[in-house]
Amino acid sequence: MKAVTAIDQLAESYDLVVVGAGPAGLSAAARAAELGVNVLLVDENPAPGGQIYRAVTMTPVTDRNVLGTDYWRGAEIVARFERSQASYAGSCTLWSIGPDAAVPEGGGFEIGLSLDGRARLIGARQLILATGAQERPFPIPGWTLPGVMTAGAAQIALKSAAIVPAGRTVIAGCGPLLYLLAGQLAAAGAEIVAVLDTTPRSNWLKAAAALPNFLRSPYLAKGLRLMAKARRSLRFVGGVTGLAAEGAGKLAAVRVERGGSITTIACDTLLLHQGVIPGVNLSNAAGCAHDFDTVQHCWVPRLDDWLTSSVPGIAVAGDGAGIGGAESAALRGEVAALSAAHRLGRFDARERDREAEPLRAKLVRALHGRRFLDLLYRPAPQFLAPRQDETIICRCEEVTAGQVRDTATRLGVTGPNQMKAFLRCGMGPCQGRLCGPTVVELIAEANGTTPAEVGYYRLRPPVKPVTLAELAALPQSEAAVKAVVR
Amino acid sequence: MFRSMRDAKAGARLSFTFDGRPLTGREGDTVTASLLANGVTACRETPVSGVPRAPYCLMGVCFDCLVVIDGIGNRQGCLVPLREGMRIETQHGRRQPEEVYG
Ligand SMILES: Cc1cc2nc3c(=O)[nH]c(=O)nc-3n(C[C@H](O)[C@@H](O)[C@H](O)COP(=O)(O)OP(=O)(O)OC[C@H]3O[C@@H](n4cnc5c(N)ncnc54)[C@H](O)[C@@H]3O)c2cc1C
Ligand code: FES
Repeated sequence: MKAVTAIDQLAESYDLVVVGAGPAGLSAAARAAELGVNVLLVDENPAPGGQIYRAVTMTPVTDRNVLGTDYWRGAEIVARFERSQASYAGSCTLWSIGPDAAVPEGGGFEIGLSLDGRARLIGARQLILATGAQERPFPIPGWTLPGVMTAGAAQIALKSAAIVPAGRTVIAGCGPLLYLLAGQLAAAGAEIVAVLDTTPRSNWLKAAAALPNFLRSPYLAKGLRLMAKARRSLRFVGGVTGLAAEGAGKLAAVRVERGGSITTIACDTLLLHQGVIPGVNLSNAAGCAHDFDTVQHCWVPRLDDWLTSSVPGIAVAGDGAGIGGAESAALRGEVAALSAAHRLGRFDARERDREAEPLRAKLVRALHGRRFLDLLYRPAPQFLAPRQDETIICRCEEVTAGQVRDTATRLGVTGPNQMKAFLRCGMGPCQGRLCGPTVVELIAEANGTTPAEVGYYRLRPPVKPVTLAELAALPQSEAAVKAVVR
Repeated sequence: MFRSMRDAKAGARLSFTFDGRPLTGREGDTVTASLLANGVTACRETPVSGVPRAPYCLMGVCFDCLVVIDGIGNRQGCLVPLREGMRIETQHGRRQPEEVYG
């Protein structure tokens, strides 16, 4: 691995640029480099690992039992990457993807990168976006109060800084990760006073058909172990139908609704988790087509068998291509790398197919049983489209569910882009990452349509903030100067 | 708000200030993790209603960790590694031009 620590150490262009150093990106970059491709891997975090293996090379957590064996497996993936000839730029954010004017017949890209407060535009012949997932937004009244954060946030704090919530902590939501997170935090010494499970009981029926497949899946034993442990050692409350965070200027308690009854639990920290969804901002802004996946209930980029998007030369691998977990992320990274190497002329289609075959077989195994989990942990409708009008759904612009509903029904707004023009939701710095899915859901419900029909925000670069000073200091091409100077 | 795990590896200590208050953090932590570890409960005030906000996702998605670092506003604290002598300040509402040059 060749470490890039300053922006001017980057080459003018690379055969392949991989975005995101989680299992998908690390595997893609390592495989491509092993095939002799000139590859650059960038990640906005200071160290490789992505979400699951975050800080695996530098975590201050010494007790290996706290984070579990799955976490430490990440060290092998990072080590393989480090043995490769790929270049790696940590703390480096990719904020734009555009066509490369220097490649006349198209096919190349010009990408915008920032590292340590300085920006640069460089060339990439092929791109693999491995930017992973984010937690599904979980808007409840009071979720903007200090003291409320995502369960993933607490996990990140634990892995990267060895810190845990200090006081009474409640975890709420649903999804397979919920038990893992609760278990890790408890093992690290956090005082978890309750785990509130919002999984709708009716989901069990819907998921039953997918159960036989799940019984043969690699998730089963692991999942059961995690669940049994969490249930045994922590106060577990199932069938939660409503939640609200309460407090003046700061969280003081969580209000819990179960069927008809309401209780209040005093707490200092409330951790919310409603499963994970692909982070689509970068692929969307790059112009890739997306579809609504009705099983995972989220937007996913439209990809072919080689994970290539609708924009030739851009592939999406890992959880950003649809939630499949760490093992499948790594495998999909390798498949995308083979395809990119083929397009770059490293080997012919027959050789590419042969190399991909064992990966595809493993991928089928890794994804076995996924459907059961997706159906079982599908969030309840009242958490996808919050009932209480006062619930803030756009954290940046402080737009409420009531405002979106009213604008959809009274003014007949039918899509998120129009909603943005009316209410500014999705206009803040997070660019819809925290409100997009909810806005779509609220519009669909108000108009009696589906999220697929409603569509999603049309995003534009920069997908991450870049300062005007950085843009102004960009070295300009002759063509760019001529375009504005007369 | 957060506290250190008992058996964590200790790192070199770095000095920094938050709204002028001298604090110390661990080398290798982000700005946001350092603030949380020091019991800071809120780091910004929203532009619309001015209410306090604290980091929410810690992974670069929510932008509730925005702070002013060494005079430059709108920095995502959860992605910026802490450095010796950093001057970190609460971000009040929108980014003010004087904060950029301050
Ligand atoms: C908060 C959170 C915690 C999770 N914890 C677990 C867990 O403990 N166990 C588990 O099995 N699964 C976990 N998951 C699920 C997770 O998605 C894994 O399946 C796995 O990490 C997916 O790997 P990936 O390579 O696709 O993406 P990730 O591991 O998410 O890696 C994506 C990387 O892309 C980088 N990136 C994103 N955008 C940009 C950009 N514009 N410029 C530069 N870099 C960028 C990010 O910094 C990140 O490092 C978690 C998910 C989330 C959201
Ligand atoms: S805490 Fe969400 S972006 Fe930093």
